[in-house]
Amino acid sequence: MTGFARLSCAVVQPILTRVVRRIAARHPTLFARLGPHQVTNFLIDPIELPFALHLRPDPDALVFRAVPRDAVPEHGALIRGKFMLLLELMDAEEDGDAAFFSRDLEVSGDTEAVVRLRNALDDVDGSIAEETAEMFGVPGCAILARLRRNYSTQETGAFAP
Amino acid sequence: MSIAELICPAGTPAALRTAVDAGADAVYCGFQDATNARNFPGLNFTPDELAEAVVYAHAKGTKVLLALNTYPPAGKVDLWRQAADTGARLGIDAFIVADMGVADYFAQTHPQVRLHLSVQAAASSPEAIRYYCERFGVKRVVLPRILTIPEIKQVRKEIPCEIESFIFGNHGLMVEGRCSLTNYLTGQSTNMDGVCSPASDVEYKRHADGTMSSQLAGFTIDCFGLDEKAGYPTICKGRYTAPHRADAYYAFEEPVSLNLSRLLPELIDAGVHAFKIEGRQRSKSYVRGVVRAFRQAVDDIRAGRPADMANLVALTEGQKQTQGAFETKKWR
Amino acid sequence: MAVTDMTKLTLGPITYHWSAEDRRDFYARIADEAPVDEVYLGEVICSKRAPFHEPDLPDTIARLERAGKTVILSSLAEVMLKREGKATVDLAAMDAPEIEINNAAGLYARGDRPHRIGPFMNAYNEATIAWMARQGASHVCLPAELPGEAIAVAAKAARDLGLDVEVQVFGRASLAVSARCYHARSHGRTKDNCQFVCEDDADGMPLCTTDKWAILRVNGIQTQSESYVNLLPEMPQLVSVGVTHMRLMPQTVDMVAVAQVFRDALDRKSDSGDAEKALKDICGDVAFSNGFYHGQAGYRRIALATAT
Repeated sequence: MTGFARLSCAVVQPILTRVVRRIAARHPTLFARLGPHQVTNFLIDPIELPFALHLRPDPDALVFRAVPRDAVPEHGALIRGKFMLLLELMDAEEDGDAAFFSRDLEVSGDTEAVVRLRNALDDVDGSIAEETAEMFGVPGCAILARLRRNYSTQETGAFAP
Repeated sequence: MSIAELICPAGTPAALRTAVDAGADAVYCGFQDATNARNFPGLNFTPDELAEAVVYAHAKGTKVLLALNTYPPAGKVDLWRQAADTGARLGIDAFIVADMGVADYFAQTHPQVRLHLSVQAAASSPEAIRYYCERFGVKRVVLPRILTIPEIKQVRKEIPCEIESFIFGNHGLMVEGRCSLTNYLTGQSTNMDGVCSPASDVEYKRHADGTMSSQLAGFTIDCFGLDEKAGYPTICKGRYTAPHRADAYYAFEEPVSLNLSRLLPELIDAGVHAFKIEGRQRSKSYVRGVVRAFRQAVDDIRAGRPADMANLVALTEGQKQTQGAFETKKWR
Repeated sequence: MAVTDMTKLTLGPITYHWSAEDRRDFYARIADEAPVDEVYLGEVICSKRAPFHEPDLPDTIARLERAGKTVILSSLAEVMLKREGKATVDLAAMDAPEIEINNAAGLYARGDRPHRIGPFMNAYNEATIAWMARQGASHVCLPAELPGEAIAVAAKAARDLGLDVEVQVFGRASLAVSARCYHARSHGRTKDNCQFVCEDDADGMPLCTTDKWAILRVNGIQTQSESYVNLLPEMPQLVSVGVTHMRLMPQTVDMVAVAQVFRDALDRKSDSGDAEKALKDICGDVAFSNGFYHGQAGYRRIALATAT
């Protein structure tokens, strides 16, 4: 399993790097809202995917990489939930508070860091997910559309431990 | 004088645009500092962002209100005065104030601006409201969420200004502007710093048995069972024990949200001029969902159709709703 | 130069629902024995309690004034019902004794005749104090959560305008008031049918967190600190910045003894260590706090760097 996880990290890494640089370039005000938490290490854990995501939103030294779950870096804050839920939250299509209170979303560590990240992402017009999908052209948009359809037909249950 | 204005929260520029596009009659916002009671990390507007927001909103016929509703501690009044000056320069349509010194500054320095009285002023009687109207020229009062509809009808007859009433969102229990619970535990003040149970002092602790505690400054405010909905550790929504209550209970209030959609017709009939949706710290999706629903409801009522609000339940904290004091005194 | 012997010690209005008899005994002792200069009377928290003890007011006032104490009548913090509005208007119509106003309804009724500003009026800063002075305020009691540096600026502004300035130095801090009665709620009732359960808790009803930490006290519509504010060590600083009145809030401890400890400290008849020990002996297990004064969490007790 760890071999597979490491392989998938290696495969997605160039994509993640492209994505985060594009988002940073298009939405510079995002960083101002992060304030001192630009240098916080966020661990974002989409529970169905074979890896977690390490985000360090420092405009001078951006980090956004896939990491195997058995080798996560030290982090100031953890955000865990189903992948599509995280995508929807990023675009504020779903309300973070509602997700958290219904226990679909797990948050731990520095709560202020998470609040800042949420507020920073909330101040973005349009959809980061769409923008990202568009980077990969027609196939990207089609994949996103299918993911959304699948997600909306699933039951939302308690997060996996 | 228009009927049933929708006053909608704008925590960020993007949220403001969302609210305007969803049909708000007015949006309210604050600066990124202690001058307003939602001074949350990463929230609110810089002066430049506010300038752009005013342009955007006015182009669509939406008013912009600026919250200056906290209490400057002695020695720091300049911050509030500068905020007042900036807002006046940017063409803000009305300022929401609570502190008498701030209201007096407007009356002396910017006598032409429109003043609204915040819930933070805790003016719940006709006499208290008239005091602010007569001394400072307040044109509208945001009523504390503690009056019943008959009481609102009565107050309306005895005051010269308009009434704005909360209609949806986080339900405040303590008299606003008189609460130092947060300061008691954390050292940051609701009145002076504009924070309530600040995120910097919040921690969620998961236990081995699957329960989760919410803590503020190390104090356990609540503990949630395996399948229980969680909540934010706001002190007045926690569970505590008392000598005759060995099982922890909601000593002040359950984590419910206000939803007065059912009472819209009566509230309009009672003379409420404007309806305020709470939630500057909530997301764009919350704002979009709530504003659209209430826009539709108000338009339906004006057209004589019944209003349907079922889809709003999911957005309420703890997913339970209340109509608070508005229907009955039994709430007290 | 600090003029501590001119600094006045005051007794704040009783916040709890003590019986009429207990109040009579209490004020008799205060009149005869307590080294306080001024005493605030009146019901600030719940208008339902007033009929129990208000009939005794004329006698209590007379007794205290005969003993050389200045009496001030305090008004309700929350005015919502018609009868509460009327009670506030009646109080505002009085010219003797002095009145302390805790609600804007009282300010409205009083107009520009002289009055005192109570701690519920949110006089946080020099601009508000200047405004209140122009409306006839002669004396201001500052909010309990105001930190020391702000107290200094506010006190100077007030003194420059000829106002007296008061700060609470002992007793539970008021942290919140509400339209809802939390005493009644704890017994499954509402304010309208409360059956006066608050009289069972003469020092407030304790609330603990689920991990057994004593955190707050409930007193009817009011929420208070669990700890007693204790600003004994800070008093010289308060005097030096111009505070003229030090308020002791009545708790169920020997308040005559408490007043003596604070009076001796003001008169420099005791050193700070002895005063602190004496207060601890009187108050037993209750925690002391001074966090608000030092700009920290209110429940904390911050030790001063140097003893005076």
